Amino acid sequence: MNLTLKVWRQKSDKDKGRFVEYKLNDVSPDVSFLEMLDVLNQDIIHQGHDPIAFDHDCREGICGSCSMVINGSAHGPDKATTTCQLHMRRFKDGEVIHVEPFRAKAFPIHKDLMVDRSAFDRIQQAGGYVSVNTGNAPDANAIPVSKEYSDMAFDAAACIGCGACVASCKNASAMLFVSAKVSHLSLLPQGAPEKHERVLKMVAQMDKEGFGNCTVTGACEAACPKEITLENIARMNREFLGGFAVKRK
Amino acid sequence: MTKLDAKIPSGELSQKWSNRKFENKLVNPANRRKHKIIVVGTGLAGASAAASLGEMGYHVDALTIHDSARRAHSIAAQGGINAAKNYKNDGDSVYRLFYDTVKGGDYRSREANVHRLAELSGNIIDQCVAQGVPFARDYGGLLDNRSFGGAQVSRTFYARGQTGQQLLLGAYAALMRQVENKNVRMLPRREMLDLVVIDGKARGVVARNLLTGEIESYEADAVLLCTGGYGNVFYLSTNAKNSNATAAWRCHKRGAYFANPCYTQIHPTCIPVSGDHQSKLTLMSESLRNDGRVWVPKQKGDKRPANEIPEQDRDYYLERIYPSFGNLVPRDVASRNAKKVCDEGLGVGESGLAVYLDFSDAIKRDGEDTIRAKYGNLFQMYEKITAENPYKLPMRIFPAVHYTMGGLWVDYNLMSTIPGLFVLGEANFSDHGANRLGASALMQGLADGYFVAPYSVGNYIGATKMEKVDTNHEAFKTAAAESIGLNDKMIAAKGSQTVDQIHRKLGKIMWDKCGMARNKEGLEEALREIPKLKEEFKNDLAVPGDGSDINQELEKAWRLGDFLELGELMCRDALNREESCGGHFREEHQTPENEALRDDENYCYVAAWEHKGEGQAQELHKEELKFENVKLTQRSYK
Repeated sequence: MNLTLKVWRQKSDKDKGRFVEYKLNDVSPDVSFLEMLDVLNQDIIHQGHDPIAFDHDCREGICGSCSMVINGSAHGPDKATTTCQLHMRRFKDGEVIHVEPFRAKAFPIHKDLMVDRSAFDRIQQAGGYVSVNTGNAPDANAIPVSKEYSDMAFDAAACIGCGACVASCKNASAMLFVSAKVSHLSLLPQGAPEKHERVLKMVAQMDKEGFGNCTVTGACEAACPKEITLENIARMNREFLGGFAVKRK
Repeated sequence: MTKLDAKIPSGELSQKWSNRKFENKLVNPANRRKHKIIVVGTGLAGASAAASLGEMGYHVDALTIHDSARRAHSIAAQGGINAAKNYKNDGDSVYRLFYDTVKGGDYRSREANVHRLAELSGNIIDQCVAQGVPFARDYGGLLDNRSFGGAQVSRTFYARGQTGQQLLLGAYAALMRQVENKNVRMLPRREMLDLVVIDGKARGVVARNLLTGEIESYEADAVLLCTGGYGNVFYLSTNAKNSNATAAWRCHKRGAYFANPCYTQIHPTCIPVSGDHQSKLTLMSESLRNDGRVWVPKQKGDKRPANEIPEQDRDYYLERIYPSFGNLVPRDVASRNAKKVCDEGLGVGESGLAVYLDFSDAIKRDGEDTIRAKYGNLFQMYEKITAENPYKLPMRIFPAVHYTMGGLWVDYNLMSTIPGLFVLGEANFSDHGANRLGASALMQGLADGYFVAPYSVGNYIGATKMEKVDTNHEAFKTAAAESIGLNDKMIAAKGSQTVDQIHRKLGKIMWDKCGMARNKEGLEEALREIPKLKEEFKNDLAVPGDGSDINQELEKAWRLGDFLELGELMCRDALNREESCGGHFREEHQTPENEALRDDENYCYVAAWEHKGEGQAQELHKEELKFENVKLTQRSYK
């Protein structure tokens, strides 16, 4: 198939950036979107130019590195799919495809399609853990966890931290990400002792990083490659209120 | 040739680790904060080590090539993690896990290390559950298990098809907690380019800041290398695109011996190669062999769709040849048999390089919903990549490079031949022998990081007198200048081939001649071809841009430079080892039934290679393997 690509090129966060058009011929429908970009980059290098920078690693949809907006959708048009798992058979011959970085104030652009998502790490540092030192654990079966709650915690823990929720939100809110982290731990007995403190600290850090607020339009849920649901945001709001109510300092 | 001392503790097998822990020197809590430790890589081994050392009070600098520690390739492990908990009451024990692992490794691992691994396996599960890792549970709320290859008990703990991600998120959370507590400093998007050795001890690293291009120096009292394996030598593998051997290889060049480089694991169940532009291969978890049945048509050239081939025309060859283990034979055995049936012309799919993995019986028995609950995300991934529905049609699978058992040589304390340089996880060589069993990589990475390194590193620091050094030391300046020089040369070549073009050529040589089956002739050919390719790399490489900012092609270039040298050593090691064992199958050495034929009299040793200088052949050192508990036999899964 033949394609026209309009790719966002930007040297650094100081550069203004612009779309650059590339024509691609004979693209196999069976290659992945990133493999298509690999092929394009090989051409660009042979022509003596700077290839398109983009983050990627596992190419199995689990590391959360790939981070582009394709034709206006984070990770492209397929539901529950990361860019690396998107295949060119999804596009039509002759199609024009726009490729942009994830855009958010809290995700400054490093170069081309590469952005800085370290804000997520800092939110995690603020409280996204269970305070248990190595060697302190009781036997794994000492505390039974109902399958229902364990499965719900797992559904939240499936978040790969890619940031598609932020990129697709009109407010660039990180509520889906943070709520997934909060839900995962607060649903389990192991995470319960710190649940109030955790949610307050993580939300405070989220605000500090410059993410927007949530107006529950659900664009994040639609874009999430791991199908994290809005229910988590509701749960986080409840935990937050609870935490706020019992706050002593 | 020197004899290598593995520093195995004295005493009965089951007492060795306790003895060693008691003999170890300690560092008192108030003194720990005076010491700095560098951890390179933040996968399961690195993140767990950095977090645990931070908790103890050491200052830790943790470097990762990724933008976040959570993205290391441990994240992609699917199936599970072994532990001898015997929750299933099916006869498991520490000794049985030890025994299965030694046997699975085809008797080429170190008994004492493997026993320690089995002893620690239960603690890992406890630790992870306490961190909030959502392992699969049964309706009573207790932990569930499944079976993996090479074992007849169910000892594998799992979190749907993403056990690696959940374990790494646990270790990552522990690490983030230590960052918050200021015990660990995270240094993301840094790639280690050299080890700094002062007075014969590892005292720091030189790394490139992948965003600014700057070469940075970090000093420490000990360096922990947790940088994973080198499967990407083959270009196409199940490793992540950025997984590489540069940090390990540069340590090798500074004096760390490289052990058993030829031991490569080819995983039997991967999605077959579909075209020339393929960038990587995707694994389908071994856990699928719990319910999937492997078969090929009995007749050559049978082009009927799989579901139209009747039962009597199918050969379920693993069940036929290995009735007691059936589809759950170890990985090396399953891969070799897949290659054999394809070589005989029985392979399926367009290329003929695939076999079927069929779930129709399991779906008939348990229903589609049960199968979906167990493997849903794997089936979905398969469908996305191949555009075929595995609930209706059997999967097509073929072996692919997955894991490397070889790595830097370490003693029982996980210390390399450079004092102060410790090597953890896949980057070392010690626990899996010539073949790793499924669900054992996660176990080893976390055992090393949570429970071994904290003791070993403490002992080293407690027992070693060290001068204070800082990064103004001449050795840092020399290492930095050498790294810059090396990068500048690659940029200056201005040749006509991209890194990927040369890497694909290397991958083809390695796959054809040092892959699933090896022979003398092929290996000698490879050893003639790789030096030529190294010349092409030196003179005809095209790296755009310069070294002053983000340059992903330059990153790929230095990694390829090291893969070329490592690939050569892999072939040399494979040529030296005139026997077949585990993942190393020399066609000249097989039983009449085409099984791997070991030569215990002459090759029951670890081959540890010493770098002797640019352009010179490495020198071979041997560590004799003594089996005091397990009797060496021809491995049988029949």
